[in-house]
Amino acid sequence: MRKAREKKPAPGFRQGESEGLGSRRLKERAASDYLRFMQARDILSLTPAGLYCPLADVHIDPLRPVPRALITHGHSDHARAGHGAVLATAETLAIMAARYGESFCGSAQAVRYGERVTLGPVGVTFLPAGHVLGSAQILLEAGGLRVVVSGDYKRAGDPTCPPFEPVRCDVFITEATFGLPVFRHPDAGGEIDKLLRSLALFPERAHLLGAYPLGKAQRLVALMRQRGYDRPVYLHGAMERLMQLYEAFGIPLGDLRRVEPGSRESLAGAVVLCPPGALQDLWARRFPDPVTAFASGWMRVRARARQRGVELPLVVSDHAGWDELCSTIRETGASEVWVTHGAEEALVHWCTREGLAARPLHMLGYGDDEAEAEAVAETAGAEPAA
Amino acid sequence: MNHFAELLDRLAFEPRRNAKLRLMEDFFHTTPDPERGYALAALTGGLSFRNAKPGLVRALIAERTDPVLFALSYDYVGDLSETVALMWPAPAPGGAGHNAAPPRLSDVVEGLSQTAKTELPGLMARWLDALDETGRWALLKLITGSLRIGVSARLAKTAVAALGGVDPNAVEELWHGLSPPYEPLFAWLEGRAERPESLVVAPFRPPMLSHPLDEEEFSRLDPADFCAEWKWDGIRIQAVRELTADGRRVVRLYSRTGEDITASFPDLCEDLLAQEAFVGTIDGELLVLRAGRVESFNVLQQRLNRKAITPRLMQEFPAHIRAYDLLAEGGEDLRPLPFVERRRRLEALVARLAGRRVDLSPLVPFASWEELAMARARPGEAGAGIDAEAVEGVMLKRRDSPYVPGRPKGLWYKWKHDPHLVDAVLMYAQRGHGRRSSYYSDYTFGLWRSGPEGDELVPVGKAYFGFTDEELKELDRFVRRETVNRFGPVREVIHTGERGLVLEVAFEGVQQSTRHKSGIAMRFPRINRIRWDKPPREADRLDTLARLLPRGERATTKAGKT
Ligand SMILES: [Zn+2]
Ligand SMILES: [Zn+2]
Repeated sequence: MRKAREKKPAPGFRQGESEGLGSRRLKERAASDYLRFMQARDILSLTPAGLYCPLADVHIDPLRPVPRALITHGHSDHARAGHGAVLATAETLAIMAARYGESFCGSAQAVRYGERVTLGPVGVTFLPAGHVLGSAQILLEAGGLRVVVSGDYKRAGDPTCPPFEPVRCDVFITEATFGLPVFRHPDAGGEIDKLLRSLALFPERAHLLGAYPLGKAQRLVALMRQRGYDRPVYLHGAMERLMQLYEAFGIPLGDLRRVEPGSRESLAGAVVLCPPGALQDLWARRFPDPVTAFASGWMRVRARARQRGVELPLVVSDHAGWDELCSTIRETGASEVWVTHGAEEALVHWCTREGLAARPLHMLGYGDDEAEAEAVAETAGAEPAA
Repeated sequence: MNHFAELLDRLAFEPRRNAKLRLMEDFFHTTPDPERGYALAALTGGLSFRNAKPGLVRALIAERTDPVLFALSYDYVGDLSETVALMWPAPAPGGAGHNAAPPRLSDVVEGLSQTAKTELPGLMARWLDALDETGRWALLKLITGSLRIGVSARLAKTAVAALGGVDPNAVEELWHGLSPPYEPLFAWLEGRAERPESLVVAPFRPPMLSHPLDEEEFSRLDPADFCAEWKWDGIRIQAVRELTADGRRVVRLYSRTGEDITASFPDLCEDLLAQEAFVGTIDGELLVLRAGRVESFNVLQQRLNRKAITPRLMQEFPAHIRAYDLLAEGGEDLRPLPFVERRRRLEALVARLAGRRVDLSPLVPFASWEELAMARARPGEAGAGIDAEAVEGVMLKRRDSPYVPGRPKGLWYKWKHDPHLVDAVLMYAQRGHGRRSSYYSDYTFGLWRSGPEGDELVPVGKAYFGFTDEELKELDRFVRRETVNRFGPVREVIHTGERGLVLEVAFEGVQQSTRHKSGIAMRFPRINRIRWDKPPREADRLDTLARLLPRGERATTKAGKT
């Protein structure tokens, strides 16, 4: 991430500059007239590449390579490689560099939480989303209208990233990964206690804990450390790099050790973190009488846990649950809500009942980070199997 | 209740028997009376709540949630209790029920038994308000009687027995004299009180079980030390008839696991009640007899599958006991006696019985193992007569064997029929459970039949055991390499005439099935051998199985199902 910070300022994002389609259109009429009648869809529209701000000529979390992109956070369904200029938090840029290599985009520019960047007539501010390290909501302001693209977010506490900051806005754009009222995430600490109790009851069994490698894994370790668990936590090879990255950003995770080839038999009573896909992999076989644990918001529903053969489901989510989605929408004071992906139908129904204008965007391409975890597992499986 | 709910939650996901035991032991150890006793009752199926029906639960949630959101949620979760448990809105801070203490399991048991039906919705709502998601799930599963956590009553009793380091059979023997919350039982197991003497009339006595005969051991056994009898293909049962202190007659029928199944067989009970010559416990096989002939297990199953016991059902499928052993008579425990002595007492008893519901399972005479092997191969000619089809094999019992509950070594053996074998082609594979969840260990296989476009494979069964760990690895490798299609956890593997894998499948018999596309289901199929050498084209045809169907069932299957 040091390298990302050292990058030259991205030409695409110099303050006050905008060469996009929006500015050309803008020249055609008097700016003041235009801004008076501005609507949300002038600030943000839906294109095949994803959400697009014509006034600033920039995409947000684009699904395919674009000239200029704002990235909310490092999960691979939001942060893709191959864009021209990228504006994101330093942490997100570091995560992207770690995943895709230093040349993941033409030019990268880091932005601090709360710092206002002007792109043509649009003010852009990144604010904490509480989802993973570096995750941000993006506030777009133009013509007195405020639009917030929240990316992925959660409201529950997380020792590895700053908490979500509610922002007053006119239009709130939200995910709905867990947009059904059955998804009420319990206190994550209580779920960690379940794991610790199981370790005490089955000290001869290795506890394989499946977790998404970015965000979830670090949060789990940090929560275990908060609860006084000071033994080494073992890592699947695919987990190591991002753990180091978190530590480099000043988040202590304690004694972490890679599972060495041939050492699996000796890990009785240990916690072993791995990508969810690895739980069913050849890799998982040689641990002593393993307990298969999986930490995810999906574990709230029993059939989902059983489907994966999970024996110790831990309901720990980095996405907002139903109650958090509803209370967040209320807090923003938005009169209009767009739902990007997830269980859109239920949340749109709720908004409508609350008297809010709501529309589902039916955006394909954003997952629940699960796709990401599986992808990582596949590459990990391709490593020497030992 | 939350503590118990957490146990249920953990048990529901834990596939390993030993781990389930450990979880329960830990719970019984750390939970006070009477909570653990009611938990034991719940785990052994000893609690039933008449008033609480799914309709009540639906009505409660309908008052509290938006119908559209409920429908979307139910659709996603797929289980009513679970949907309600997860959706139930938390009471508003400051409102009624906010931060109320969660009910204990004993509160729930007492509350449900003492509350009038009209008061029940209010009571339920207060409990649901006070519990967390897992607690609500457990409560709703418990009261609607749909708790499925993969724990048998026997396993729960085994966990309790471990508390006092006693044999589970010791708990089993006391069981029917005890009632929830079992405080005297826990007191005894923890060494705080004497063994609670069984108060029950007609108690269950855990049965003695046999070992499969392994051919090597066989050669070391002396035929003169053993009696042989037929192993009937029915349901092992214990029939107890006793008199209470005030002279009332009591009859109980128990399954092999100690489940009281008396209510399912009023015909048999009525007959036994009238048998004044009989006071004691018979170990035998439950069979259906028609016109003096033992019917197949398929026929017996038709009676067992029915919930309502109608006079018509009893007439059509008359229940019968074929007696193997006598465990007690006239208050005397016969179990320490040698088999031949018990057998003499049994023969004398059956001879005194009136009626036709109980008869004696005959001994099979033999002088050498060869002679017994002949009898086993042709039971019809060795004394089983018209009942030969219901013979599953032979039992060998040491003449001097006492009746020892459980599966003691070296006393009783079962020598079953050689299984049927068929060469089938592997078609689909699915991941296993628990420690096998990383392997493709459940195999669906098929046989050839002629279809509209020439020969085609039709699935005939599924097997998930019979192979060694080494073979499992090879099979798993084959599946991963030869996958042609994926459907969720299931992989379709290549199965053409030229390419694919032939499995030699062993099984005990066949029956008609509407569930299977082939119209035939195998009993107890398992992988006998992997035929890496055999091309799929040379595997067996469906007709091979159809020929094994009992005569009456053959025609319909041949007519063909698609
Ligand atoms: Zn994300
Ligand atoms: Zn996402």
